[in-house]
Amino acid sequence: MQYLLLCYVDDEKRSYNLSGDEGRALYGSYVAYRQALQDAGVFVGSNALQAVSTATQVRVSDGKTTVLDGPYPDTKEQLGGYFLIEAPDLDSALAWAARCPAATEGTVEVRPIMPTPVSV
Amino acid sequence: MSAAPAYDAAERAAREGYGKLVAFLAARCGDVDAAEDALADAFTTALERWPADGVPRNPEAWLLVAARRRFVDRVRRERSADRAHDRLTDAARDAQAAFERGEMIDDERLALIFACAHPAIARELRAPLILQTILGLDAARIASAFLTSPATMSQRLVRAKRKIAAAHIPLRIPPDENLAERLDGVLDALYAAFAAGWSDPIGDDPHTHGLAFEAIWLARLVAASCPDEPETLGLLALMLHADARRDARRDATGAYVPLDDQDPTRWDAAAIDEAEALLARAVRTNRIGRFQLEAAIQSAYAVRRFGYDLDRSAIVAFYDALLARTNSPVVAINRAMALGRLHGPNAALAALDAAATDPRLATYQPYWAARADALARTGNPTAAHDAYTRALGLTVDPAIRRFLTARATREGGAPPPDNRRSTPERWRSG
Repeated sequence: MQYLLLCYVDDEKRSYNLSGDEGRALYGSYVAYRQALQDAGVFVGSNALQAVSTATQVRVSDGKTTVLDGPYPDTKEQLGGYFLIEAPDLDSALAWAARCPAATEGTVEVRPIMPTPVSV
Repeated sequence: MSAAPAYDAAERAAREGYGKLVAFLAARCGDVDAAEDALADAFTTALERWPADGVPRNPEAWLLVAARRRFVDRVRRERSADRAHDRLTDAARDAQAAFERGEMIDDERLALIFACAHPAIARELRAPLILQTILGLDAARIASAFLTSPATMSQRLVRAKRKIAAAHIPLRIPPDENLAERLDGVLDALYAAFAAGWSDPIGDDPHTHGLAFEAIWLARLVAASCPDEPETLGLLALMLHADARRDARRDATGAYVPLDDQDPTRWDAAAIDEAEALLARAVRTNRIGRFQLEAAIQSAYAVRRFGYDLDRSAIVAFYDALLARTNSPVVAINRAMALGRLHGPNAALAALDAAATDPRLATYQPYWAARADALARTGNPTAAHDAYTRALGLTVDPAIRRFLTARATREGGAPPPDNRRSTPERWRSG
């Protein structure tokens, strides 16, 4: 069973500048977390996202494509990255989510991956 | 009107067998909804037939045989699109094999209770979910106890069960390191079920009586499985103490009788004895908790059954400890009432004022009733009348409504405003 751990963190506070002590420490904690997932054999994949200021929205309705700058405004915590893990059940996934630095920094949303239907 | 004992025994056996079988199948396939669905018709048939025909020797085996056609139907309907269903069919086959060997299936109900009270399930849905999956209560009955529409309750229960399956919420008793924490969620849910039943202590229809009885039954099940957890024993003791006073809460005319005015000879001494023994066992573990404190308060009130006077300062001390632990506005109100009996109504009013900073109390009936009682005792009938009227407008229980009306009338000298009466009383009496 796979679970996606979506990391919602305060975009303002995310440190993209890794030269500062705080930024380095934060980055280090994510590297260590990823390593722990790999060592436990539960790691499937992960990525960090660039700042929400780099985001663009696309919608198609009635055959018309609209492109908009930016994400939905006014939410403090934004999607900052994800970890995809393999876990036997929700309890195990929740235990890993709690260890994620984003759970301290912001919120981790745990979403089970939809199984592929056998007959498709 | 009393329930026919034969019907009650048959219904109980059907619910026990159903709950055991649902839990067994769900624990193996991970899908509570599928397990319930497979057994739904068989369960309905059992509820209809067993009261007349008698309870079969092995209720679970009977239910499984009666459900056989449903399993076949489902296999045809769903084919191989759903792996959970294959596991369900395998589980049914395992159960069948056990019955043929003359064995009982493993009792997985506690595991299912833990799944229903999982932190990933919305808190307010945990009690309804347990009542439905373990006891087979229908959504309409659960909805009315929790003051929700049947359609809404039904929808939310279905969604919660889908979440258990889709997110793989484990159906197992949590490992020791998490047990105490997860047990809290279970006990909270059972207490919510009990409280939902308690608000309708009499219940006019014997088959839809309050859920208090069901909650006690569930608490016994959990206590039997976790005998070393003091809070489990505390919760059961609390429920038994409260339930011991069930009949005394109403007089011969059906009127509500407050605790201090109740005739203690009408309290169920056997239930009180059992509660006392449970609480004593719990307290010996030296791990005090919320439910043990609540049971201790009930125990302190129960001494009147045996001819002793109340120790009001001990009751206040228990409430102090409970308030420090829970910070609950409901506890604060009860504490204020106890304080008033010890130090007089002004002490009660001061404590109620302190609690009133919680905005939820503005629409909480017991707050206004407590306030009215204290105001009446301070000799302020006008304010007391107003507070009784506030309480009256917020109550759902007809017996308590009559009680509050009588009290409001006593304080105000006139009945509380009634919008249906078009002509004021004084004009007619002239």
